[in-house]
This record gives sequence, structure tokens and C-alpha cells, in this order.
Amino acid sequence: MSTHVDSHDHHDDHAHHEDDAPHSTLKGYMTGFFLAVVLTAIPFWLVMGKVIPNAQTLAVVLLVFGAIQIVVHMIYFLHMDTKSQGGWNMLALIFTLVLVVITLSGSIWVMYHLNANMMPGMSHDMSQQVKNLP
Amino acid sequence: MSDMHASSTASAAGQKLQFWMKEDHHPANGTLLGFWIYLMSDCLIFACLFATYGVLGRSYAGGPSGADLFELPLVAINTTMLLLSSITYGFAVLEMQKNQKGTMMAWLIITGLFGAAFLGIELYEFAHLIHEGAGPQRSAFLSSFFTLVGTHGLHVTFGIIWLVTLLFQVGKHGLTPANKRRIMCLSMFWHFLDVVWIGVFTFVYLMGVLQ
Repeated sequence: MSTHVDSHDHHDDHAHHEDDAPHSTLKGYMTGFFLAVVLTAIPFWLVMGKVIPNAQTLAVVLLVFGAIQIVVHMIYFLHMDTKSQGGWNMLALIFTLVLVVITLSGSIWVMYHLNANMMPGMSHDMSQQVKNLP
Repeated sequence: MSDMHASSTASAAGQKLQFWMKEDHHPANGTLLGFWIYLMSDCLIFACLFATYGVLGRSYAGGPSGADLFELPLVAINTTMLLLSSITYGFAVLEMQKNQKGTMMAWLIITGLFGAAFLGIELYEFAHLIHEGAGPQRSAFLSSFFTLVGTHGLHVTFGIIWLVTLLFQVGKHGLTPANKRRIMCLSMFWHFLDVVWIGVFTFVYLMGVLQ
């Protein structure tokens, strides 16, 4: 802040010079794009080429690749860092992530147990049989 | 506090002494922060839809499953379209920083075309599914699938409408500070949609075909 001593005097004149908007670079975008392509291609290859036979292991691997790619996009495309907007961007993101984790894990956890309690045997193995019903 | 300090520093530089603020203090680029908070609220909407899909995604009601329905090559092409539109939007932002109005608009148009291609492929997929009798009313799995993917598609639609609007604004008024701010907001919106799509193709499509 102290570097923009007179910024509020003629604010409108050069609002686009002293803003906190990230300064994008070609190198940043290309790095992000390259990583994104690799991180997209590998999961598709793993699934379409049936590389990992164990479905559960594969699911975990897919989720890990997805999470990494989301972080790559956040950093290189959305220009997230701890300093942008004085840290408020990051604070809002962390708050949202906490809510997202609670929503996702809470829903799946509660509903899984609800299913398990309401319909005995109606778990994943049962859903296979349901699928084969007429 | 910091502005008081700034004013007294300014007076030391020979300007008129000021101990009050001429205008409300606000962050240098409050719009971007505000838009980011909107995006975070949007993120919560998608989290709820993902949670719904996570709960209902295996409730086929005797109908077709993801492994029966999803065509991964199509999804791969769709993902490529969205990823390419992301990088072309990045090129548009780079041209904006260099104040190159013409090339910036060209990259925006290319971005819009990739977005439109994405939408077209998605609509084709939806039409194909509904034609096969796997519409949203078939099972809980398909209801949650259409809601989640459809909401994302709706966002892309509005992003394209916004992009076209912005093209006319830039064409008429040039790269003014206001237009640059709008371009940066749409940039965040567009890249955010790509982030959501990562979740969709990982969680819905790729994990959906696993048995």
C-alpha cells in the first residue's frame, strides 16, 4: 500500500496501472496449458486404455489427477496466490473449500449410511444386481 | 490508517496537507475481489450438485449406467475444446495487456467459437441420450447427471453471451479501464468454468464408466 502513496488522489486516471490485477505472462499460460493437457490426457488414457484393472485404485488415481489439475488451473489461469487482493482472494477460497468439503463428504457419508440402514444389503454389490433387472 | 499515513507522506512531498480521506477507502480493484466472491458462491452451487450426483450417481433404477451411456472419445473432444478456449482466452488477456485491440478481439472470437463447439457437442450428447430413452426422468442417476452437466452448460452459454456483449463494447469504446476490468472478470469466469469441468469429467464421466 505504501508504494501507492498518491494513488487515491487521481484514482481514475491510472486505475489500471496500480491495480492488484495479476500481470499475466505468456510463459505462465503456456506452462499451465502444457500441465493441463498432460493432466487431462493421462486420466483419459488410464480409463480408455484400461491400464489399471482395479476400479477402486483407478478411482483414487483419477481423483488425485483431478485435484492436481484444479490446483494447476488455479495457479496458472486464475492467478491465485496468497498476495492477490491483499489475501482476501485466498481467504474466500479457503472458506469456500471448507464448505465444499463439508458439503461433499457430509452428503456422501450421511446418505451412504442412510442407504445402509434403510435397505440392508443395498450397497455397491447390490447395485450391480439392480442394474441387471429388466 | 494507511491512507492517513499516505496523506502525511504526500504532504512531506510538498502537497497540500490532508487529514481526511477524499473518498471511501476501497481496495484498488474491488470489482475483481467481489467477482471472485461471486465465483466462490457459484462454486458452492456446483458443490451441492456434485454432492447430489455423488449420492444419486449409482441409483440407476434398473436403467442404463454411465458405462452404458458415456462415450469417452466425445467427452475427450469436449474437454479439449474447453481447454483450448481457456488458453485462447489467456492469449486475449495478454493482448489486452499490450493494448492490442484487434488481436485481442480476434482471440476472444476464437475463444467464443471453442465455447460454442463445446456447447454444440454437449447438446448433441444430451439429444442423443434423450433419444435413447435415457432422459433426465429415467433414473435418479440421470436426473442428477443432467442437472449437474446442464448447469455447467448453462454457465458456458451465459459466458458466451457475455463474451459477445463484451466484443461489441470493446469494438465501440475500445480498451477503456472499464472494459479491461470486464475482460478480467470474464477471464476469471471462463477459467472457473474450466475448473468445474475438470470435476465433471473426472467425477462424472471417467469415474462413471468404472464398474
